[in-house]
Amino acid sequence: MAELALLTSFLAASVRLGVPLALAALGETVSERAGVINIGLEGSLIAGALGGALGALAWSSAFGGILTGAAVGALVAVVFAAFVVGLNTDQIITGTAITMGGLGVTGAVYQARFGLTGTTLTLPPLSSVPVPLLHRIPVLGPALFDQAPTAYFAVVMGILLWYGLFRTEWGLELRAVGESPDAAQAAGVRVRWTRFWATVFGGLMAGIAGAHLALDSGTFIEGMSGGRGFIALAVVVLGRWNPLWVVVAAIFFGGASALQFSMQALGWDVPHQFFLALPYLLTLAALAGWVGRARAPSALAHPWPKTSI
Amino acid sequence: MLTPGTRVNRLLRFGGLGVALAALLITGVVAVGALVAGGYDPGVALGALVRGAVGSPEQFFSVTLVRSVPLILTGLAVALAFRAGVWNIGAEGQLYAGAMAGVWIGLAAGDLPGWIVVPLVLVVASTAGAVWALVPTLMRLRLGVGEVITTILMNFVAIHLVGYMVHGPLQESRGVFPQTDALAAAARLPALIPGTRLHVGFAVAVLLGVALWLVLRGTVFGFRLRAVGQSPAAARITGRIDGKRVILVTFLASGALAGLAGAMEVSGRTFALYEGLSPGWGYTAIAVALLAGLHPMGVVAVGIMFGALEGGAGAMQREAGIPAAWVSGIEALVILAVLAAGQGRKWLVQTRLERGRPAEASVG
Repeated sequence: MAELALLTSFLAASVRLGVPLALAALGETVSERAGVINIGLEGSLIAGALGGALGALAWSSAFGGILTGAAVGALVAVVFAAFVVGLNTDQIITGTAITMGGLGVTGAVYQARFGLTGTTLTLPPLSSVPVPLLHRIPVLGPALFDQAPTAYFAVVMGILLWYGLFRTEWGLELRAVGESPDAAQAAGVRVRWTRFWATVFGGLMAGIAGAHLALDSGTFIEGMSGGRGFIALAVVVLGRWNPLWVVVAAIFFGGASALQFSMQALGWDVPHQFFLALPYLLTLAALAGWVGRARAPSALAHPWPKTSI
Repeated sequence: MLTPGTRVNRLLRFGGLGVALAALLITGVVAVGALVAGGYDPGVALGALVRGAVGSPEQFFSVTLVRSVPLILTGLAVALAFRAGVWNIGAEGQLYAGAMAGVWIGLAAGDLPGWIVVPLVLVVASTAGAVWALVPTLMRLRLGVGEVITTILMNFVAIHLVGYMVHGPLQESRGVFPQTDALAAAARLPALIPGTRLHVGFAVAVLLGVALWLVLRGTVFGFRLRAVGQSPAAARITGRIDGKRVILVTFLASGALAGLAGAMEVSGRTFALYEGLSPGWGYTAIAVALLAGLHPMGVVAVGIMFGALEGGAGAMQREAGIPAAWVSGIEALVILAVLAAGQGRKWLVQTRLERGRPAEASVG
């Protein structure tokens, strides 16, 4: 029975830790489908975490925090999109700058507001909402039906985005922009407009992910995004740019982080730094094994329109 | 995927003093605006920044120039890689790999005379940096996995490995703090200017800058590297350039330079390894390389400038109460300003072309 309890808590933790990855990766799926790779996702995520913390404090509500985080994450993406879509700058370099700036500015704002000693914030909790009856299912119940609202939101978004991308006119146009911007433009699609909003949507989702991170841990810590923005980029590849698979891949990576607690519970003597590094190692391994079989949108990271000089 | 060549060309176009100066101007205006918006007195802040960076010979040699060493070396690592179309965002991890290996060999061989230990530390650390870069290199060359994400992932692996090392196998013999034992005097870099903390690593970094410049300009390998970076297709069609080999060598050399930066830090400045040794030099290096127009001598100059910025930031925090974290914000701003100024220049050239006037002769 002890093993079963351990499995139950492992699965629940996998989903819980996978939620921020799923949210950020879903947003990134949309912007990559439109041809924009946002290395600045980490910047949106950490800004969303700080925004979420400040918003939750100001409104004394976790929901207010989520909304603020979403807005701040989107705002960061507006800056990114203004450069890569508006000015046609290099997406990789611009994204790196956005991440650096996001980590730096959130650190500075946090220190200016709460001092260098880092008063520990206590945020209104993001309580889990059990689904009646279903959450009592053994083993799977707590993992799937006793989670924070953001977890249900991620799953619903996964389904909606799958439908939107592959079954609607909007999705067809968006994917056309990512595959062949020239053809899309010829067909009357507004390429830059589409790319801009897809990117901002990606930032909005990363902002929600960041806010979830802050509220789920009950506080804000400088650099608490901890590279999740980059793992989310890999999750998109592993999910083959398909929102449904992206959610699955995110939970898989949540599981990699959750292993840490299970191993401790089992009393295995493995240094905990190994488990801290495990998600990154697994991402590397997964990229090595999977990338050959996945195909990125053709125009990913291509500025558009191409300039003559 | 975007052919790397076009991207290198776009980045190289930022070269040119005009773009760099315009970028600095933009950065200055926005940074002062941000200070005012944050409720700080920009005059006080700027005064503290300047005093902290170049206010006295002590500050200049022992703070600014000492800080410029890792910035120059990682900046060279990034500039070299970018020139060949290798998007190495992993200088941070490669630096830590070098620092770990350097401290390990320095502690293990500390009894030997200095003229053996110091070169040994530097060579082992460079090798470790190259090995750290080998994983993303092979993933790109053998499996076709782009290096942007893999190098970033390797950074996190390196940071957690350092955490393990300083809490585990390499922890100081007292076992109190999460750091290594201090290196013996023999394993430390000699002072460059006696009486200051400036070590010979600075001279090595500058000389490497000159050497890289000469290699890029005047050797067959340098030509091949630039050819692969600017137009991989053209390089392949000549039939005389093995693009994969050029990428392999460049990527590993880039890792070795970053690893060397790690060795210079532990052997020249801190004399021990601990978590958070680098405040993100591997990322700042991207700003350094871009502002320098990917030119090795430019990297040396910008490295010193950024050393002053980081040195001055400490004083700014002490005297004006401005969080030093703003510096990362300013560095990000520099990158964005360079990108914007580069696009602005391109737009100017294009407008002139359309008007039928002679355009600027060189855009490389």
